[in-house]
Amino acid sequence: MIKKVKIDFWVITTLILLGLYLLFMVYPLYKVVNQSVIDEETGRLTLRYFIKFFGQAYYSRTLLNSFKVATATCTISLILGVPLAYLYNMYEIKGRKLLQMLIILSSMSAPFIGAYAWVKLLGRAGVITVAIKAVTGITIPNIYGFNGILLVLSLKLFPLVFLYVSSAMKNLDNSLLEASVNMGVSGMKRFLTVVLPLCMPSILAAVLMVFMRAIADFGTPLMIGEGYTTFPVIIYNEYVGEVGTNHHFAAAIAVIAILITMLFFFVQRYLTNRNRFSMSAMNHVERKKSKPFASFFIHLYGYGLVAIALLPQVYLIYLSFRKTNPGGEVFQKGFSLDSYYHIFDRMGSAIWNTIRICGSALVLIIFLAILISYLTVRRRNFLNATIDTLSMVPYVIPGSVVGIALILAFNNRYIPLVGTATIIIVAMCIRRIPYTIRSSVAILSQIPLSIDEAAESLGAGKFKTLVKVTVPMMFNGIFAGAIMSWVTLITELSSSLLLYSFRTKTLNIAVYQAVGNGTDGRASALAAIVTVFTVLSLVLFNKISKDGEIMM
Amino acid sequence: MDVKITISEAVKKYGDFVAIPDLSLEIHPGEFFTLLGPSGCGKTTLLRMIAGFNSIEGGKFYFGDRLINDFNPAKRNIGMVFQNYAIFPHLTVRKNVAFGLKNKKLPKAQVMSKTEEMMSLMKIGEYADRLPEKLSGGQQQRVALARALAIEPEVLLMDEPLSNLDAKLRVEMRTVIKEIQNRLGITTVYVTHDQEEAMAVSDRIAVMNRGVILQIGTPKVLYQRPANKFVATFIGRTNLFNAVIRKHGDGMHIVFGNGYTVPMTNLINVEEGQNVIVSVRPEELVIVGNSSADKTNCLVGMVLYSTFLGLNTHYVVELENGLRVEIIQESQIDDIIENGTKIRMVVKVEKINVFTEDGKKTLVK
Repeated sequence: MIKKVKIDFWVITTLILLGLYLLFMVYPLYKVVNQSVIDEETGRLTLRYFIKFFGQAYYSRTLLNSFKVATATCTISLILGVPLAYLYNMYEIKGRKLLQMLIILSSMSAPFIGAYAWVKLLGRAGVITVAIKAVTGITIPNIYGFNGILLVLSLKLFPLVFLYVSSAMKNLDNSLLEASVNMGVSGMKRFLTVVLPLCMPSILAAVLMVFMRAIADFGTPLMIGEGYTTFPVIIYNEYVGEVGTNHHFAAAIAVIAILITMLFFFVQRYLTNRNRFSMSAMNHVERKKSKPFASFFIHLYGYGLVAIALLPQVYLIYLSFRKTNPGGEVFQKGFSLDSYYHIFDRMGSAIWNTIRICGSALVLIIFLAILISYLTVRRRNFLNATIDTLSMVPYVIPGSVVGIALILAFNNRYIPLVGTATIIIVAMCIRRIPYTIRSSVAILSQIPLSIDEAAESLGAGKFKTLVKVTVPMMFNGIFAGAIMSWVTLITELSSSLLLYSFRTKTLNIAVYQAVGNGTDGRASALAAIVTVFTVLSLVLFNKISKDGEIMM
Repeated sequence: MDVKITISEAVKKYGDFVAIPDLSLEIHPGEFFTLLGPSGCGKTTLLRMIAGFNSIEGGKFYFGDRLINDFNPAKRNIGMVFQNYAIFPHLTVRKNVAFGLKNKKLPKAQVMSKTEEMMSLMKIGEYADRLPEKLSGGQQQRVALARALAIEPEVLLMDEPLSNLDAKLRVEMRTVIKEIQNRLGITTVYVTHDQEEAMAVSDRIAVMNRGVILQIGTPKVLYQRPANKFVATFIGRTNLFNAVIRKHGDGMHIVFGNGYTVPMTNLINVEEGQNVIVSVRPEELVIVGNSSADKTNCLVGMVLYSTFLGLNTHYVVELENGLRVEIIQESQIDDIIENGTKIRMVVKVEKINVFTEDGKKTLVK
């Protein structure tokens, strides 16, 4: 029999998706690479921007700085996060669910907001700095520069390590632990020789996430770096800075950034592949009650760490209720709701924009992720494998690079998207979809093929099967993932800061501007609103993901 | 609605690997037909070709006189029961059973009444509003069966439906399946690797190996008159002996290694001096006494050990040439023969089977 390629619904879907990726990702990235090697004056091929970057210490040093920040952040996040995950899963902790929610919450805000709050707390004129000086006369060490960046990013990113490692530990079979005790390995030795190696795949995955976020973040160094420049900062400055911008140079730095992150990605891949194995627990680990003394320290460590990590958000909420002068720049004695009045009066559109833009992005992301994951899992072929690979590319592309690439590609007469909400939505989709696809693929792979076949044999067509059976079965996992996506979207800054216009200003950008204008009262109130959004989303998440019960 | 299934010259390939080279088969209307074979023999592949989940590389598949090769699974009007049940976990039992009926766009009242009817037939009415995860394996199996039967399929296909159940439930469910099939009279194709299960439920069985059907027959025929050595050893247990054909006067005899000679009346296509394989099932060996007895035309061996199983007692016996054979004897009230005892045995002539030296063909009429 001759094999025919039937043009059905799925073939068309494949082609459309491929077209979208070519138009909105491959083409923009090509524009970046293209611009980085074209001389702005002569229009000829040149490497002068690369030579400029590596020739001048001011620029090339930023690469090293970024690398140092990312590596140090990974290390500290591991040191904080892994023991927390271990204690959380091995011992009874009071208020487990609450603790986990607080840990997630502490990671769920734009790092620059954390940086801003830490400056308010520990900066030269910070409340803690001033208080310590007044009481003891000691000047605490400088928070600006490398240390500050490290503090902010580590506290922001250790929850990722916690979540990844914690899920690995949930899959740890209790009998493995019992077997190792049986063979004389227990306590710390067991942690190092059995538990840690078993969690290694997750640890490596967490390291990749932390590294990518730390190296691509530019709000934090901008806010607290004070001369300790990382390369996302110069990309931003070269692109939209106030003086001497050079788009070609910015593009060249973007290319270098992608190369660095790609290199790290492949190293991580290599290490992961060497450590590949799968676990699924028949007997879950039973959490032990610890002795009172140890229990005290376990609780102190867990809640103490979370308290420190949440301090910036709490402090900003406190500030948002403080009375300010009419301009909003200076705090005065007493409390008031003036900052909020001002926001709802003047910046209400930012709230609406956030809901409108992030909401559209979210719907699109879920829709596309379901289609792509279905294609890659259930209809594997060359084109769909290509889509799968393409969809993973944004893993290694810093947000600011996505922003620049889209501007370069769509700042023209034919597809004039710059300044529209669409371009921000596109950027959000590109950046967030890889995560949603990964989780959808994981969920879909768990659904046995025979379920699809059962539906088909009962007379449901392929599309009906997807809508009536597959998607509802994936619903729980997808919805839980969607809430997480939602939170990341409303706290996104690095690409939207390049892409926003006055009509598409979101909450997070409003915070950024308010901070820049020095209107601290309004900045805190805006940040508080973002936090409220986040908390509400997390509460919803907890309701839905409760003991894996299917809720329709 | 009883429908005949005809398969002619079916071919299945996975890349260069030929899973089924050339297979033809006819399944009678209303028949309970089983595909039996070791894992990897192609039985599930064939079932999935009938269901429409596997592509067909060659040959023709008919339901009645309709060629179904190009029908997609949704159009074949089959009911399928999967090894892992494939019950939709997000739907209640009732919605699972009603799923296929809804796809037929039947009036709502009819969907409801048919659903209730199937649930009561399978005795799962009391769990109607539960989610499947709250059900036991046997109950889930009933839901899967109810769901498959609700759409009044022309053909019921079952892919190792009992393999995930524990031993006791397996026996219970196979009775349920057999009864339901009997009552509805629906043409059923059943796949299993468990020969006892196949014998218990089937009208006819096709024994498969490496994509080829080695024999089709009723359980009785397969057991008593296997067409080749593979079927003889796969269905039930058997002892294999090498022997030679001798012609004495008119009749053909088989002569065992130690000279034990058995006159045969039902052999065909045999000639003097031909080497053959004799298949003697454990219950076809009869112990005729110990070595002090005077009988000489018999097999001689020593009891290695015995297993008392209530109804029967099994003996493992080593013959003079080192071959070990198994004997099953109805348990006697007097003592079990002690280990190390020398015994003499004869075969039940009318029951034993004789194959060509390569084991591929039977020499019994």
